[in-house]
Formats: sequence, C-alpha cells, structure tokens
Amino acid sequence: MKRDLLTIAAAGLVAGAASLAHAATLDDVKAKGFVQCGINTGLPGFAYKDDAGEWQGFDVDYCKALAAAVFGDASKVKYTNLTGATRFEALKSGEVDALSRNTTWTYSRDTDLALTFVGVNYYDGQGFIAKKELGVTSATELGGASICIQTGTTTELNLADFFRTNNMEYEPVPIENNEEARQNYLAGRCDAYTTDRSGLAATRAALENPSDHVILKDVISKEPLGPLVRQGDDEWADIARWTLNALILAEEYGIDSANVDQLAAGGDNPEINRMLGTEGEFGAMLRLDKDWVANVIRGVGNYGEIFDRHIGPDTAIGLDRGLNAQYKDGGILYAPPYR
Amino acid sequence: MAAADRADEPFRLTDIWANQRSRSLVIQIITLIVLLLAVSWIVNNTIRNLSDLGVETGYGFLWDPASYDINQHLIDYSSRSTHARAALVGFLNTALVAVTGVAFATVLGFIAGVLRLSPNWLIAKLMTVYVEATRNVPLLLQILLWYGIVVNALPHPRNAAEPVGGFFLSNRGFYLPRPLWEDGAWLIAAGLLAAVAFAIWFAGHARRVQERTGRIYPVLLVSLCVLVGAPVIAFFLAGSPVSLDWPELKGFNFVGGFAVKPEFFALWFALSLYTGAFIAEIVRGGILSVSHGQTEAAHALGLKPGRTMRLVILPQALRVIVPPLISQYLNLTKNSSLAIAVGYMDLTATIGRISLNQTGRALECMSIVLTVYLMISLLISAFMNWYNRRIRLVER
Amino acid sequence: MDRSGHQVHEKVADMRPPITSVGWVRWLRENLFSSPLSAALTLVTAYVLYLLVPPLFGWAFLDAVWFAASREECWATGEGACWAIVTTRVDQFVYGDYPADERWRAVLAFVLLLLALVPILFDRVPGRARWLVFSLLYPLIAYVLLIGGVPGLPEVETAKFGGFLLTLVIGVTGISASLPLGILLALGRRSDLFIIRVLSVGFIEFIRGVPLITLLFVASTLLNYFLPPGTSFNLLVRVLIMVTLFSSAYLAEVIRGGLQAIPGGQYEAANSLGLSYWKSMRLIILPQALKISIPGIVNSFIALFKDTTLVIIIGMLDPLGIGKATLSDATWQGLSTEVYVFVALFFFICCFSMSRYSLYLERKLHTGH
Repeated sequence: MKRDLLTIAAAGLVAGAASLAHAATLDDVKAKGFVQCGINTGLPGFAYKDDAGEWQGFDVDYCKALAAAVFGDASKVKYTNLTGATRFEALKSGEVDALSRNTTWTYSRDTDLALTFVGVNYYDGQGFIAKKELGVTSATELGGASICIQTGTTTELNLADFFRTNNMEYEPVPIENNEEARQNYLAGRCDAYTTDRSGLAATRAALENPSDHVILKDVISKEPLGPLVRQGDDEWADIARWTLNALILAEEYGIDSANVDQLAAGGDNPEINRMLGTEGEFGAMLRLDKDWVANVIRGVGNYGEIFDRHIGPDTAIGLDRGLNAQYKDGGILYAPPYR
Repeated sequence: MAAADRADEPFRLTDIWANQRSRSLVIQIITLIVLLLAVSWIVNNTIRNLSDLGVETGYGFLWDPASYDINQHLIDYSSRSTHARAALVGFLNTALVAVTGVAFATVLGFIAGVLRLSPNWLIAKLMTVYVEATRNVPLLLQILLWYGIVVNALPHPRNAAEPVGGFFLSNRGFYLPRPLWEDGAWLIAAGLLAAVAFAIWFAGHARRVQERTGRIYPVLLVSLCVLVGAPVIAFFLAGSPVSLDWPELKGFNFVGGFAVKPEFFALWFALSLYTGAFIAEIVRGGILSVSHGQTEAAHALGLKPGRTMRLVILPQALRVIVPPLISQYLNLTKNSSLAIAVGYMDLTATIGRISLNQTGRALECMSIVLTVYLMISLLISAFMNWYNRRIRLVER
Repeated sequence: MDRSGHQVHEKVADMRPPITSVGWVRWLRENLFSSPLSAALTLVTAYVLYLLVPPLFGWAFLDAVWFAASREECWATGEGACWAIVTTRVDQFVYGDYPADERWRAVLAFVLLLLALVPILFDRVPGRARWLVFSLLYPLIAYVLLIGGVPGLPEVETAKFGGFLLTLVIGVTGISASLPLGILLALGRRSDLFIIRVLSVGFIEFIRGVPLITLLFVASTLLNYFLPPGTSFNLLVRVLIMVTLFSSAYLAEVIRGGLQAIPGGQYEAANSLGLSYWKSMRLIILPQALKISIPGIVNSFIALFKDTTLVIIIGMLDPLGIGKATLSDATWQGLSTEVYVFVALFFFICCFSMSRYSLYLERKLHTGH
C-alpha cells in the first residue's frame, strides 16, 4: 500500500516535470511532419473546395507556403475549418499552428487576446451588400433595416459603432458563417449583409444573378487581413512573418514560379541571390533550409500569382489589386529588405 | 490466554487492511490524495498554458463595454453596455423562452396525454403519431426545421400577411400592437389584484359552504367573471388609460408594436413540441397508474367521465406525474441553450459565445455559463425534493 | 306431436345480430362515433387530414424528383420535393469525407457492430459466452478497422469522419465507454465511504446540471488548457471524452435505480456467504442490476444518439452538418426542407426501432420475475 502511494507521488512529479519542458512550435511541427493550418469553413476565392475535394484559395496558399518553408514541400499541410467564433481558441489552445482566415489585425486582438499578427496579406474594408430592388445606394439609408452579421468578428463591432454614430436603428441577425449569411440574405430574413468587401465580392460571385445585388459604396472601417500565430514563440512568428514577406518580395523582384529555378542557380541581383540561398546563410537564422524561399515560390508562386489565381480580375471574384499592389505600382504592399 | 496471545503479536501493516473501518479510512485518504494530485496537475497545466500565451485572467473584463448589439432584449441594452449587462440580457432571454416553453409544453403535454387515452380511435392514434414523431427526432433538427419553414415560407415584410387588421405576419416576425400604459393605469393593476384576492377568498368560502351544507357554488365561473370584469371596469373607470402602439411598415421593417421574432418562435415552438411529447407520456403513465377501480367506483357513484377525471383520477395521478414533470422542465431549460443554432441571444450565446470570442476570456466566460446553469438545476432539484417529501404517502 | 306425445318445436334459425353491433360498423360506432362530441371531433379531424395529407403525399412522393443535377433542373422537372439533393450526395451523408476506396472498412465495422450487439441484446443465443468475448474486443477491432495505421490498412484521420459514420462512432463509443464509468459512479453514490460518496454525487449533479452543449464548448475551447503545454488531442477525441463523461452521469442514475430495485436480501445473502464487497458486486448484485437496467440503458443510448447532432455547433460534420454544407453549395440552395426531413427520417427510424426494442425488453423482464 505504501508502494502504491509512492507510485502515485512519483507519477505526479513526472507529470509536473513534463509540463515544465516546453518545446518550440517549429520542433513540434517538424516532429509532426506537417503544418496544421486553420482556414475558413468556406469563402469563395479565399478558402474553397475544388472539384477534387481539395482546399484551395488565397488564404489556403499561405498555409501551403508555410509548409513549403518548413518542409520544402507545399503539400505537407493539414487544414482545420474554423468559424469566426472558434478560430482564436483553436489557435491559442494549440489545435492549429497558424491561422490564415481573413482575420482583421486590431489592437485588442494583438494584445488582449495574446495573438501575434505576422503581417497583412490583404488590405480591405468593411462594406454592405444589398439587393438592387431595394433601391439603396448608401449605407446611411439602411436605418431600420435587418442586417446579417457574423458573430465574433470585428465587423460586428464596427457595425454597432457605425449605426450608433449615425443615429440609426437596425436589427442584427447573428449568423455563424458565410453560408448561413447567404441563405438568410437570399430568403429575405435580412435586407443587407455586411463583411469585408473582399468577402462581399466572393459572396456575390457565388450568387445566381450577381447583377441583382449591389455592393454599397461605403467603406466603414479599415480591415487589414493577415495570418497570425500564438504569442510566446518568437521564432515561429518570425518564420510565419518572413514567409509572407518572401511572397511579397518575390513579386517585387520579379521571381515567379516560372523562373525561380533559373534564378536559384545564381545571378546578378544580390537581393535575389540572398533570398534564393546562393549568397549567405539566411535560412539557418530561422533554422530553415538555405533555399526555403525558393521552395516557397516553387510551391505556390509569388504574391501576384496567388492573387491572380484565386481573386484576381480574371476570376469570378474579380477584385482589383487596388491597395494591394506593390508600393512601386501605387499600392501599399511594402516588405522589409532581405538582408 | 487468547487475549495475551493477541497482544503479543507484532503489529503488521496488513492489519490495517484487515480491519474494515481502518481500511475504508485508508481508501478514502488515498482517493483524496489522488484527487488532489490530479486537480493540482490540471491547475498547474492551465496556469502554465495561460502564462505561456500571455493571456490575462480575471473577471474585470465584465465591466468593459460589450460593443455589440443584441436584437432581442427585455431590458435596456445598447452596444455601449457592459459585458455583464449582456450576460444579464442573455439570462433574461433564457428565462423568457424557458417560462413560456414550460407553459406551452405543459398545456400541450396534458392535452396530448389525456387524448391518447381517448376512446376515439382517430384522436388517440393522431396523438400517438405526434408523440412518437417528436420524441424520436433530435431537438436541434426540429428547431432548424421550424426556423427554415418560418424564414422561407413566410412573406417579406413588404408583402406581409395581415390576418387581422393591425397584426402582421412576415419572415422577420409576428407583429402585434403593444399596450402603452398612461396615467391611471395603476388602477387596472389594482383591480386585477383585488380580483385575484377575491377569487382566492371565494374558492375557500365555497369549499367551506360545500362541506357544511353540500351546496356547490360555481367557483370557476364566478372567478373568471371577476378576474376579467374587475380590470375591465377599472379600465373604464380610469378613463381608458391604455392606448395601443400599432406596428407600421417604415422602410425596411415594421416599427412600433410588439414583435415575436422567428428565432424566438422557432426555439419556443420546437422546445414546447418536443418537451410536450415527453410530458404526454408522463401524464399517460400517471393516469394509467391509478387503479381502474377508482374509475369504476366513481362511475358507480354517478360521476360523469369529465368530473371523474378532474376530481378523482387527476389528483391521484399528479402524485406520480409531478416528479418526472419537473425534471422535464429542467430538461427544457437546459435544451434552451440550443438557441445558438438559430441566432437567438440566450445566456450561452451572449456571454458564452460572443463575449468569449471578443475578449478571449474562455475560462471566465465558461465558468459563468456553467455556474448559472448549475444553480438553476440545483434550485429546481431542491424544489422537487421538497415537493416529494411533502406529498410522500404516509403509510401506516 | 311426436310418438311420445311431446310437442316438438322446430328450431327457428338464429336471427342475425343488429348491423350496428358487429363487424366494422360496430368498430366505427365504438371508436369513432361513440358520442356526439366524439363524432364531431372525428369529422373535424378527418376533414383536416383530408386537407393536409394528400398534398403532403403528393409533394413527398408523387411529384417528387428523385434524380437531378441541380436545383434548377429539379424545379424544371417536377413540382414536388427535390430528393435529388439527397440522392446525389448520399455518399457524403453516410460516410462524410471518408476516402472512397476505404469505405468497405466502414461497412465492415458496421456489420461487425450488429454482430457484436447480438449476444448483449438477446438472451438465448447459442455460444453466447464466446460471442460476448468478441463483443468485448469489438471496440479495438473497430478502432483498427476505421482508423487504420497498420500494414494493409492505410490511416484515415478522424477529421474525415462525417455523416452517419460519425454519429455511430460517437454514439457507440460514448455508451460503451460510459458504461463501466457509470457503474463505478452508481456504486460510489451508494457507498458507505464518505469521500467517495461526496465525489460521486458532486460529479453526477454537476454533469446533470449543465447542458451538453456547454460541455462541448468546454471540450473545444478549454480542454487543451488542462493538458500539458504542447500536447493536444484531436477534436474527435475531446468530444468523445466529454460525451462519455456526460453519458456516464445519466447512466449512473439508471444503474442506481437498478441497484435499488434489488431486494436487500440479496446483499445480505452475499455477505453471509462471506463474499467480499467486490466479489458480491461482480457475482451477485451487478448481473441482476444490469439486467433490470437494460431498458433504461437503451433509453439513455437513444438520448445520446439524438444528442450527437449537437457536434454540428462545434464544427463537426454529422448528417445535419453535411446537410447544411450541402445547402450552402450554390447548386442546391433553398432546399432546406428536403434535407432536414431526410435526416429527421433517418433518426426517426433508428430511434423508433430502438425504443420499440426497449419496450419489448421491459415487457419481457416484467414477466420474467
């Protein structure tokens, strides 16, 4: 009996000791063999299932880029679909390693929620979509309307602020995700749906008669969307941040999936050489391979290619680069130098 | 000799195990130690995880502005109200759907239960179909089904149906005129209170007269007349101090009046149908538990079937019916947490979902939700135990 | 007059009974028209049924479209229910995202489940003892079959479980894992040891006092905090843990009822035979208690089975979740009634047959004593 007590005490001590050791996320991911990435449950253009049942999209490609950075293989990634309400807890609790789910970077999310935003991959703003037959041209005419709104988002808070400052009443119709919003909006339960304008464009593209619906011209908030990781692991945050920067820098310097192999053999441009690993030991600074950037570009292409592939002007979503063009082209995409 | 022998034997550890009292003591101590170790392990892990993440703990966030709107609130609420007020609004919404659900479910359950025993074959079979169909389909599914029917089948407010002048039915809700109380309305309330007091006194008086002389006063009729008449008379005496706020279509929605939203309706209706089916079974079981000899004796005394049910069967059946009935009420209250599936803002939806996600305080918010439900359950269970003790058959 | 002188009467043929007291006319009179009120009710109900049932029947069967490629095609073909949304996606409804060429494993696991249930639910089966060993090993067999990871069976991650497969996995695992826990809790609640009793009662009252959905929220948000940093169970495992704990509290009450129904004489007889507490429980008390409690256990299983739909709220794809995901596809928008009715029908058939079985059991056990 005394032996039983001793065993129990020993087990408790071991368990306590085990909780003291804390592995870094990069080591955990490498041990697992894949990156667990949190994505949307379904937003055309950003995260959607193709005909083969595989997840594709603007945000999904970032996850693939992260996998390519760590493993050299963009397919070593598994996805967890998260709603607006479940995404932060999943990230904080360790269920996913990174969140690429059109999430707005705000002060309180960065500080209070203990999350780390690694950059902005889409500069957006909040808007409204309404049926053309309502004859509404501006959001200020929506007094007294029913508005579908996703819970647990910044759009919810911005909506409340907008209507309060404009002294208008409204009926919020809470919904969990984009599909429910579309159903309620089409059924007439709500007069308008509000979310990021990129989401509105994606939603409208998936409707039967897109021209029957109008995206109102008002942009009522800034919505810088970007990927994020947990607080507390700076190394992993750096890897995530520089993966995004690498995508942007690659477009700035003209590296794309077609010429990456040729440029990786060595060339005249020192910045390209540093990025693709022919000069210096930059990969080792993040405990990654020398040619991690080359792997990323090989896996998913550069920022422009990703944009054009999923949400560009030639796709059903049809978004212009706008603010999301490189700074040299009139936008505000500006990544720090790779040196 | 034997005693001396026993005193000479050395004390062995296994003697503790052999003696039942000491053995039970040791087992309890070990259990306690294991439990404390497990709890401390969990607490240690939680503290480590939270500090690694840099998450703050504490209930101070409850007094920060919530910054989100709630579409149905029984008390004043705006997006500048605190999280604590949002939790209160959620709690009142839960209470609203629970109380109205219990009322309708009880009525439905008793009617269905009694009708299932009806001699009319068609009615009995219909009630059986209702009970079996609703009991065997998950509640969440029924809630979503009713919500889908209401939202998809009812017309847009601009084409709202108007069954009676001033009442509107649309897929945004059922709109009724709302009474506005002006000066002098207190007289109506006073009249109602006086009527209630009179009704109670009259019932007691009628019973005393019946026991003494055998005369039966029409208590129900008189009470109803008084309960309806007194407030009406007070209303006219005070000069009609109540006006109605009629709903009007302004722009997108109806303004004014009182609205029953589709979310509330779907939740309330599905909950009542579902719980009503279980109550019907309980009522039927209770009525069947009363020995048939009681019915025969009542009939032999010349009581009509309606009177038999009301005066002889139901009072005895109630003894069997009430305990499981109260646990069904508890189930209904707990099932109301499914409100989140249709967007009705009850306690779980406000503080357990939206506040939790906007502030990130998962532990604190979840602890509030669990504590509130636990307290409701314990209260109802305590009431049930008290009631059981009170009506327990005192056997000789 | 016959030969002995008695008057002989010809036996006249029996008169037929009045037409209103035999056959279907009598049945009608007694059951449908026994009193004026009853007659009125019958007529009104019959009229309402006449108004409702034929259109419903037409919508569901006669005018329904069974196969089509999209909602437009459905509505162009017929006016009734568009069951095509179910027939084209029936694979998803049954298996979720389970890989198509591994589906035989799920089917095999289901067939083995039915086989494993036979000795538990039916008494007089030849070779029952050996069959029960198979039933006990079934969870392990099913785990290996469904998840794989052994040579010859490629691994299928639990995130791909969905549809009816997921419902059965959660339901069966929940009830079979919570049974031993429930027995322990029931015994603990009746124990003389104060600490054990307090712990059991506290646990049972806590679990029974909160809605299942809040426990599922805890599973999806908080459970990872309680584990050492760096570890994380996948969502299905966490849900199974919570469902098991939930179900064990309710089962404990059912088994406690069974334990209370056993005459005190059994306990005393076991004691007088010199059996220790655990021996008497194992050999004498528990077999009887479990036999009495089986209808209650089946009812608990029915409730658990219905409660598995709640996992949709934390993002898992049970049949209801598959239904909602299907509805969000642009080709099938607006057909919520068909989807919900189909899922409701599935649950109705399962739960109704289980409750009929439970009634049959109750009747059998009642006369058995």
